[in-house]
Amino acid sequence: MNRTLLLFAFVAVLFLGTGMLQSWNSALGILNMALISAIMALGVNMQWGYAGLFNVGVMGFVALGGLAVVLTSAPPVPGAFAAGGWGVLGALVLGAATIAAAIQVWRRLPKGAVRTLALLAVLVVGFFAFRTVFDPAVAAIEAINPALFGNIGGLGLPVLLAWPAGGLLAAAAAWAIGKTALGLRSDYLAIATLGIAEIIIAVMKNEDWLARGVKNMISLPRPVPYEVDLQRSAAFVDWAQTWGFDPMTASAIVVKLCYAGLFGLVLVAIVALTELALNSPWGRMMRAIRDNEVAAEAMGKNVTRRHLQIFVLGAAVIGIAGAMMTTLDSQLTPGTYQPLRFTFLIWVMVIVGGSGSNWGAVLGGFLIWWLWVMVEPIGLTLIGTVTAGMADGSWLKTHLQDSAAHMRLLTMGLILLLVLRFSPRGLIPGR
Amino acid sequence: MDILNALVAFLNFVFVPGLAYGAQLALGALGVTLIYGILRFSNFAHGDTMAFGTMVTILVTWALQSAGIGAGPLPTALIALPFGIAATAALVLGTDRAVYRFYRKQKAAPTILVIVSLGVMFVMNGIVRFIIGVEEISFADGERFLVTAGEFRAMTGLQEGLAIRTTQAITVVTAIVVMVALFWFLNRTRTGKSMRAFSDNEDLALLSGINPERVVAVTWILAAALATTAGVLYGLDKSFKAFTFFQLLLPIFAAAIVGGLGSPIGAIAGGFVVAFSEVTVTYAWKKVLTYLVPADWAPDGLVQLMSTDYKFAVSFAILILVLLFMPTGLFKGKSV
Repeated sequence: MNRTLLLFAFVAVLFLGTGMLQSWNSALGILNMALISAIMALGVNMQWGYAGLFNVGVMGFVALGGLAVVLTSAPPVPGAFAAGGWGVLGALVLGAATIAAAIQVWRRLPKGAVRTLALLAVLVVGFFAFRTVFDPAVAAIEAINPALFGNIGGLGLPVLLAWPAGGLLAAAAAWAIGKTALGLRSDYLAIATLGIAEIIIAVMKNEDWLARGVKNMISLPRPVPYEVDLQRSAAFVDWAQTWGFDPMTASAIVVKLCYAGLFGLVLVAIVALTELALNSPWGRMMRAIRDNEVAAEAMGKNVTRRHLQIFVLGAAVIGIAGAMMTTLDSQLTPGTYQPLRFTFLIWVMVIVGGSGSNWGAVLGGFLIWWLWVMVEPIGLTLIGTVTAGMADGSWLKTHLQDSAAHMRLLTMGLILLLVLRFSPRGLIPGR
Repeated sequence: MDILNALVAFLNFVFVPGLAYGAQLALGALGVTLIYGILRFSNFAHGDTMAFGTMVTILVTWALQSAGIGAGPLPTALIALPFGIAATAALVLGTDRAVYRFYRKQKAAPTILVIVSLGVMFVMNGIVRFIIGVEEISFADGERFLVTAGEFRAMTGLQEGLAIRTTQAITVVTAIVVMVALFWFLNRTRTGKSMRAFSDNEDLALLSGINPERVVAVTWILAAALATTAGVLYGLDKSFKAFTFFQLLLPIFAAAIVGGLGSPIGAIAGGFVVAFSEVTVTYAWKKVLTYLVPADWAPDGLVQLMSTDYKFAVSFAILILVLLFMPTGLFKGKSV
């Protein structure tokens, strides 16, 4: 426990130091993303640390959380749903029915050429039926004022509701993935989730009717006041001036603090729930399954089912974090979802923090996110010192200075390799 | 009805690009499958190994170009390729010595090795970005076309043209040469045979006196050569960008798994299966169909099953189908 406290104190010093040396505004900015990263790391840790499931599709679940924000809380587009909403929904139901029918054909018919042909027929007919219903509906939606909308629009609900909705959406996707890919070998699950994440991003980039694709959704609603409104309110300006703050900076900091409070609440709730779960009979069962699947199976535990359960739960936590991130940015930009940033960085957090330990995941989230942001300025300073002796305008100097920005990946990779080699159980080892 | 024109359009837009892409995927998948067969883990750093090899080749190409050395009608990169392979082999051998060997001695679980390869991937990606940056680089020189569409039309008098780019021809020829050499090596040489023995049964191979470290080193060198060749051919055919090779990882893995992980012949078959499915599903068939059906039946739409942006989805769908119905792949790979 002492070690845990010391490590968290160290991270706190890092954030406080950033606040004092740079600015409180940027320190809080890093803190907000660190809180979200910690929640993502908790989700991955549930899947990996509790059950040994190797999910490298974190990015996809994060993006689905973001999509949920658009679908629940963006203002409705007038006439869009009437134009093609039912068509799209009908087409999606038709698509699901096709897959269900294909599964039934495969299960019910005896093995042989007849079954293969029937399966192909169901899939081909289903695909064309889907396209016949889907395409005109999509065209109708995308025709509505494409410069501004062109999407189906949201429900206009409060944005806080979008967080659980993000969790649900990610959980639903995880269920579908888990049903097909769990029970296969561990590397296959990794490759399957890698693929699913790429497909989710491709869908979000290209299906303009859903969330405008790469045209991006901007100015999504926020759960906290706007800086401009604060600066306009006389009461706030008075308050800031009595304490001797500049109203501009104060408004930015207050908004960030509001976010930090909300995110902190979610983080505390999730940590509390996961800790309770881990120390319950269910948690002991999960660890027993992770440590010895064969023995657990012999004791009558349904391993595949438990794996599916934990996979869905972990994905839901990641989805909630994804929705929170989109709320923080108040925009959804599918082009910015990169696997290195949203999948592998989260993995570095989990491994460095300590797999199987919730506090470790939280610590890893804070520490690695801080490093990820700070490596760039640190790298620039380092390169600056190295190149100080070189002649100005020399080829090597310019090149080194331009490349300093790419130090991040190198540093993260080295940290991951060093931790795996010298402290494979992470900073706060799990049990 | 105009079968000849339809055939030429099919060759030009589906078959030739698919063949070149399939050859590139097959070379990539061969590297993945070799590593899997001998070292028994899925190497996520393979895409970035390709990027590293291509980067070295590009740097050497630039040096050769500024020294005035060229290969005439062929791209200069072909002369630079051996240097790229040597540098990449040195890098992966160094990585093996510094990183992977520790886990091999420990007999770590395959998943741990996969996570380790993620770390290696980060580092290699960082090195590539650090040295050459993230801009798009086109390094193909020499003749652009073997046959241009115009020449083909003049030659045959057909309405459709068939263009074959030099890079496509080189890709296919190089891939065939490399594959033949690899199979000769695996089946005819002592080292190759000991590699296959090691892949089939590690304990038995050790008992019969095969030196495991030597087998591992040869595997890494082969993987580096295959990765660099695949990366350079892909870069010549399209262009080089630091992160496109990471995106190739999914179709490459799909190819290796479809063929059966650990089976070299499967990797080649898998590469072409994935490539041709991607191209056929995302190609707009309007042109070919218009030639084939009577004039008033000509399709109005593009007759495209899926938009090009979903080519990942195609490799993924094949992957899932194979995993569900044929978990060991077309050619009975391993399943650990």
